[in-house]
Amino acid sequence: MQKLYLLVPLAPLFGALIAGLLGRFIGPVWSHRATISLVFVALIASIIIFMDVLDGNVFNGSVYTWLVTGNTTFEIGFLIDQLSATMMVIVSLVSLMVHIYTIGYMKGDPGYQRFFSYISLFTFSMMMLVMSNNFLQLFFGWEAVGLVSYLLIGFWYTRPTAIYANMKAFLVNRVGDFGFLLGIALVLMHFGSLDYATVFAQAPNMANETVELIPGMSWLVITVICILLFIGAMGKSAQFPLHVWLPDSMEGPTPISALIHAATMVTAGIFMVARMSPLFELSDTALSTILVVGGITTLFMALVAVVQNDIKRVVAYSTLSQLGYMTVALGASAYSAAIFHLMTHAFFKAVLFLGAGSVIIAMHHEQNMLKMGGLKKYLPITYWTMFVAAVASAGVPGFSGFFSKDAIIEAVAFVDIPGGGFAYFCVLTTVFVTALYTFRLIFMTFHGEPRMDTHTKEHLHESPWVVTVPLVILAIPTVGAGWFIGPMVFGDYFGDAIHVLPHHDAIEKLGAEFTGIGGMMVHALSTAPFWLSVAGIATAWFLYTVRTDIPGKIKSRCGPIHTLLDRKYYIDELYSWLFARGTRALGTGLWKYGDVKIIDGFFVNGTARVVAWTAMLVRRFQTGYIYHYAFTMIVGIFAILTLWLY
Amino acid sequence: MLFGFPLLSLIIWLPILFGVAVFATGGDRNAQLARWIAFAGSILGFLVAIPLYTGFDSAASAMQFVESHPWIERFNIHYHLGVDGISMPLILLNCFITPIVVIAGWKVIQNRVSQYMGAFLMMSGIVNGVFASLDAVLFYVFWEASLIPMFLIIGIWGGPNRVYAAIKFFLYTLLGSLLMLVAFIYLYHTSGGSFAIEDFHQLPLAMTPQILIFVAFLLAFAVKVPMWPVHTWLPDAHVEAPTGGSVLLAAILLKLGGYGFLRFSLPITPDASIYLADMMIILSLIAVVYIGLIALMQADMKKLIAYSSVAHMGFVTLGFFLFNAYGVEGAMVQMISHGFISGAMFLCVGVLYDRLHSRQIADYGGVVNKMPIFAAFFMLFAMANAGLPGTSGFVGEFMVIMGAVKVNFWYAFLAATTLIFGAAYTLWMYKRVIFGAVANPAVESLEDISRREFALLAILAAAVLWIGVYPYPLTEVMHVTIDNLLVHVGNSKL
Repeated sequence: MQKLYLLVPLAPLFGALIAGLLGRFIGPVWSHRATISLVFVALIASIIIFMDVLDGNVFNGSVYTWLVTGNTTFEIGFLIDQLSATMMVIVSLVSLMVHIYTIGYMKGDPGYQRFFSYISLFTFSMMMLVMSNNFLQLFFGWEAVGLVSYLLIGFWYTRPTAIYANMKAFLVNRVGDFGFLLGIALVLMHFGSLDYATVFAQAPNMANETVELIPGMSWLVITVICILLFIGAMGKSAQFPLHVWLPDSMEGPTPISALIHAATMVTAGIFMVARMSPLFELSDTALSTILVVGGITTLFMALVAVVQNDIKRVVAYSTLSQLGYMTVALGASAYSAAIFHLMTHAFFKAVLFLGAGSVIIAMHHEQNMLKMGGLKKYLPITYWTMFVAAVASAGVPGFSGFFSKDAIIEAVAFVDIPGGGFAYFCVLTTVFVTALYTFRLIFMTFHGEPRMDTHTKEHLHESPWVVTVPLVILAIPTVGAGWFIGPMVFGDYFGDAIHVLPHHDAIEKLGAEFTGIGGMMVHALSTAPFWLSVAGIATAWFLYTVRTDIPGKIKSRCGPIHTLLDRKYYIDELYSWLFARGTRALGTGLWKYGDVKIIDGFFVNGTARVVAWTAMLVRRFQTGYIYHYAFTMIVGIFAILTLWLY
Repeated sequence: MLFGFPLLSLIIWLPILFGVAVFATGGDRNAQLARWIAFAGSILGFLVAIPLYTGFDSAASAMQFVESHPWIERFNIHYHLGVDGISMPLILLNCFITPIVVIAGWKVIQNRVSQYMGAFLMMSGIVNGVFASLDAVLFYVFWEASLIPMFLIIGIWGGPNRVYAAIKFFLYTLLGSLLMLVAFIYLYHTSGGSFAIEDFHQLPLAMTPQILIFVAFLLAFAVKVPMWPVHTWLPDAHVEAPTGGSVLLAAILLKLGGYGFLRFSLPITPDASIYLADMMIILSLIAVVYIGLIALMQADMKKLIAYSSVAHMGFVTLGFFLFNAYGVEGAMVQMISHGFISGAMFLCVGVLYDRLHSRQIADYGGVVNKMPIFAAFFMLFAMANAGLPGTSGFVGEFMVIMGAVKVNFWYAFLAATTLIFGAAYTLWMYKRVIFGAVANPAVESLEDISRREFALLAILAAAVLWIGVYPYPLTEVMHVTIDNLLVHVGNSKL
């Protein structure tokens, strides 16, 4: 079994090396055959491991010693439990589907082999992240997925917007990683180890230790550590205010948006906090912070999605909002619900993105929904799979998104730490907004009159099987994954992988009322989220199929609000003015004044000038005329005599 | 002993003898011969250094491969050599880099080839001498001798402003090291007539002399590292130096300063080092933050990498003065890693400069369209420069940050800003040079790297990845030496 663990990350790495280094020799077809079969190997291995974990075989062990310093041993190793095994299956399944889909989407692209190399490399990195048994390897995977994300957003490197977006994504993530690394440093300092098991075992003893980072202000060590770690999660999982990179990341090819920027990488932050639950549980302050940040992201990003016209951007903002749901669940100590929503979201969001990609191929790379409409009859498979995903996303009972989202909302209602009320308001309101923007997308794209030009219209056709088969395969869990809520959220599926303190245990209280998925669906009919969702769908239907003139009127009536949403609250402008311009101005100032004027101009060249000036002065005495020297001697003798006489 | 020769002497004198042989080939008619002799010498120089690693006993605390012969008996000066876990990796790094700089100058240098190649070989031997010397006078001779080849390399094969840069380099570093000689003579008298560095380590000293000696050493070493604010010679020297010179300067010569702190300042003046540690840490952090910001705004690629070198070397001095194993070992790893990464970065700029004869970022854009293989290598080194885990650039910075947080959270906080600034200046440059559409007809005419260039970059890439993925063997050889050093520093001499 332990060799199988190694196979999971190494098979995709090997695939990435084949496609990346040998791609130009073996050609596109063999590149995709090699990478796809190796990712398939990883999927099979993941499933076998998953089954083994379900039998109760949890593994925690090291592979090799990375470094020994200061009496600390840093190991590379694996922790295979319910949490990591679940993530491994999700990652390899979505990755395999995206690999297959890519054959169709990237057909004929000059960077075809490079693309396969990158997505396999991503799979390797993500596996290293989720399988890690220590903070160091977690950070390695964390940054490695960031690197691949950078490479893939900038995949079409001649586009100015793409190479701006990828740098922005990397740098914003680095701001998060800055906090993350400091958090890891504090863990090492206070626990003397970066090994999860050691740290978690000692955590309860550390619960009351305090530290004064600013003299006079005493904080719990755990709170500081958790908030720093969470800053890392805010970067990777795109939570406000570090969310700005995710919408721009849509500059990358669509399969990437599905794999990295929706289904897997962005959930790394959620996974990380769930993994660290023994630490986060000890700090109510950190949990409150998470609730508030998650709440803001959930609601405010969903509102932006309502006014976007670019099909990928709608889905991107929807991702932000859904990540907000997961974050809120973490803050509510409903870790199992967060991971459950992570799973259902991975499936329905992958379908939405891959479906959007299918639409984009059919539309000859047009992404503006104002130029679409009526695509239903041309793209039936795409339409129905996306429709299912939209229904799941909006939270209609029976579909996967309903179960996971309902569990989160109900759990937040039980929260009694500060921020709980605010978060509850946000997640509840957002149910309406989610249904509205998701069905706005469906109706604008697939229903109504076609608005594209005649040339495009004549060439409309369904995408090839390599595109539609992954859609159909992923649509199955989009419907059914929610039915496992009983064991996964309320049961003891996660075992010891997740740790919740009794007084935080909202899930426990919910579980007491849980009577099976049928009961949950019936119960939902009498609760607010269901009716909000129905209202959202109905509103979208009314505004975008029946009275299509109304949205325009609302837009002109509420000009400032629309502009505010359309400009995404002007956060990009603020950052670019404050950070990008501010840093450049500071850098220029330090250089021109600090280095050039003061150090070089005054001290270095100044010294040279003083030496030259002194030399010139002294040279005056070295005239070479005897009478000058004689005169100087006489003056000297006179002076000495005077001194001596006194 | 290797074939009956004492190993360290062989490592020092073999490259110097080959250097003389290269000089002897004379004018440019024999250029090809000069190149091949230089190549053979540099490879042999690396091969004879390998037994240094394989024969090294990482459990021993004493100096190893020791040689000692009287040199100037009247002043009790000895030809005294030996290595420990600090100097051994640095000698290997130097012997590893020498073939690379020789090959890097293969095609580009067309005039005075024998002198160019000879200078590099002699430099290699001299630097080995600096790292291996256990006698202060011998050390000083090698130390000052190392200025001469570099001065010539910049002054003869450099760019348009080479004379200013060469003189600035020479005066800066010479002035810095003069006080070091004064300190040596003082120590000679206090120790009752010994120039042995190990005797200096055991010498009891009061606080005031310790501080004076520390400051004398500081001037010498801080200029070499270089630390803020005596760093301004470096960007000028790099900009004017030929590619090989820049590689050597960044990869090896800066390490002389770092080595000096560990060999002299810390063990000879431990109390002064601890007393002044906060000042040293703050200077180092200024280097990290202030220089990081300046690097962001550079329009010249070489200047940008030069500033980035200063920022990365800030981690070295920061690590030393944390006085814990994470910090000091991290600083050592950072020195080795910086040797590979900065060397590779300067080679990458050299590859571009050889083709378009410009170092200005603005003259490039869209290079990836024409040079995809080069772009891939450059990406790897850029990411290593930005400290990405899995590359050597991460290991040292990680260890130093882990060490810094133990001393003061805010030191770690400021040091960790390199995560943001380091990525910002490196990736912004990369974006403007490599990505985008082909910017101008000159870029359109670029050809991808030759086999020779590929080999150079591939070797460095392997080194960068090896240390990133498996740094264990590198730190393994340092543990005992650094543990002893830390214990020694902890025992007050007062």
